[in-house]
Amino acid sequence: MNIAGRLEKIDRRIIFLLTLLAVVIPLLLPIGFEIKVSEPVQKFYEAIEALPPGSKVLVSSEYDPATMPEVYPMNQALARHCFKKDLKIIGMGLWPQGIPLNQASMEQGAEEYGKEYGVDYVNLGYKAGGIVVISAVAENMPNTFPLDYAGRPIEEFEIMEGIRNFDNIDLIISLSAGDPGVRHWVMIAQGRYGKKVAGGVTAVSAPAFYPYLNAGQLQGLIGGMKGAAEYETLLGATGTASRGMDAQSIAHGLIIFLILFANFFYLLGKRRKK
Amino acid sequence: MKKQIPLIITFIAGMVMVLQFFIPHRPFSDLQQLFNSWFLIITVFAMILGLGNLFKVHTKRLQRRPKGWWYSIVLLAGFAIMFTVGMIWGPARGTPFDYLFWNVHLPMSSMMFALLAFFVASASYRAFRARTPEATLLLVSAILVMIGRVPLGNYIWDKLPLIGDWIMSYPNMAGQRAIMIGIALGIVSTSLRIILGIERTYLSGK
Repeated sequence: MNIAGRLEKIDRRIIFLLTLLAVVIPLLLPIGFEIKVSEPVQKFYEAIEALPPGSKVLVSSEYDPATMPEVYPMNQALARHCFKKDLKIIGMGLWPQGIPLNQASMEQGAEEYGKEYGVDYVNLGYKAGGIVVISAVAENMPNTFPLDYAGRPIEEFEIMEGIRNFDNIDLIISLSAGDPGVRHWVMIAQGRYGKKVAGGVTAVSAPAFYPYLNAGQLQGLIGGMKGAAEYETLLGATGTASRGMDAQSIAHGLIIFLILFANFFYLLGKRRKK
Repeated sequence: MKKQIPLIITFIAGMVMVLQFFIPHRPFSDLQQLFNSWFLIITVFAMILGLGNLFKVHTKRLQRRPKGWWYSIVLLAGFAIMFTVGMIWGPARGTPFDYLFWNVHLPMSSMMFALLAFFVASASYRAFRARTPEATLLLVSAILVMIGRVPLGNYIWDKLPLIGDWIMSYPNMAGQRAIMIGIALGIVSTSLRIILGIERTYLSGK
């Protein structure tokens, strides 16, 4: 086998090692690449900035620990942003594993800005049923979620006073890593009830939401860790997404290099065969 | 009767849901709320059925002892522990269930997903080849989007993020819209077939 053939069939362990180094080294020795804010993230930020203090934001968490590195930083930054603006957060989720992650994000933000559970934020928990839960919440929120995530009646909480349905919610934000998620919130909350909806999604699913964004059905969109890092930049805070961007940059660079490298030898081998 | 009653129920439920969308007033709005409540209750029972099935499949594996049967012990033990702890203490912060979520489930789940980075790197090296003009187009646009969407792209050439954004906002969006319209039309036609009783495979699997 010639050199081109050998390089094309390189041991995968070498690639694994290179990937490990590409991720670990920038995490240990940060480079500090400048993060430029894209239009969808700017719109997301502005949608929250436009709300007057005391407005109620429904944050639905549709993600799990597997997609946490991408979506959790958005959740943390969003909670901080809302509390900084004196907005009230009503948390819920269509994925069961998203509930504790949303709760932790809200607790973290609440601690920084001195906010109180039940007064400034609440977590209604998970309800099975996907898109039908959205439809049910739209019509009657206390009926759909009579208890919070820990089993306490929602009438106990000051934040839930006067909350009946979507008419009492100013902005809906879905942080999702799949279905049910942003798509369903757009279909029901925006399409049917005309509510303002914004979303945070994983990088791999972000391209599918551009049509909604372009049509004005989404107020803003945060896509993947890059989007989360942009959002952190807008808030003037360095979070886990901003710290991870160096590693992601180098890892992307490595993958592109590997693709080009392999294709170079592939085309070289093809030409020789001719 | 075994088939006619489910077909009538499907027709009524389907028509009510269609009508309430176009006529959001009484009695259709009330029926929608009622159907929503029923659906949420049925979903929970479907989950119980799913869990029961999972339990049955893995109990059978333990009896038959095929290759890798011990993984079923791990699954059943994990299921039993989380279920028991959740039922006794609930899912609130600071409970044993919450502790297990943050210290067992979360790191294991994240670790599994993190492995994807290594496989993506290896697979892209082995499989992403410019074999045809279409594959070359895909390869070039993938590279431009990948590099354009990380800060490194901006360092290499400040127009790279703009090119990445253009690909996402125009060719990608046009393709996505076409796919979405196709899917929506497919859903509408399949739903109509089910509501009108033309499509009956869900009744008997035939």
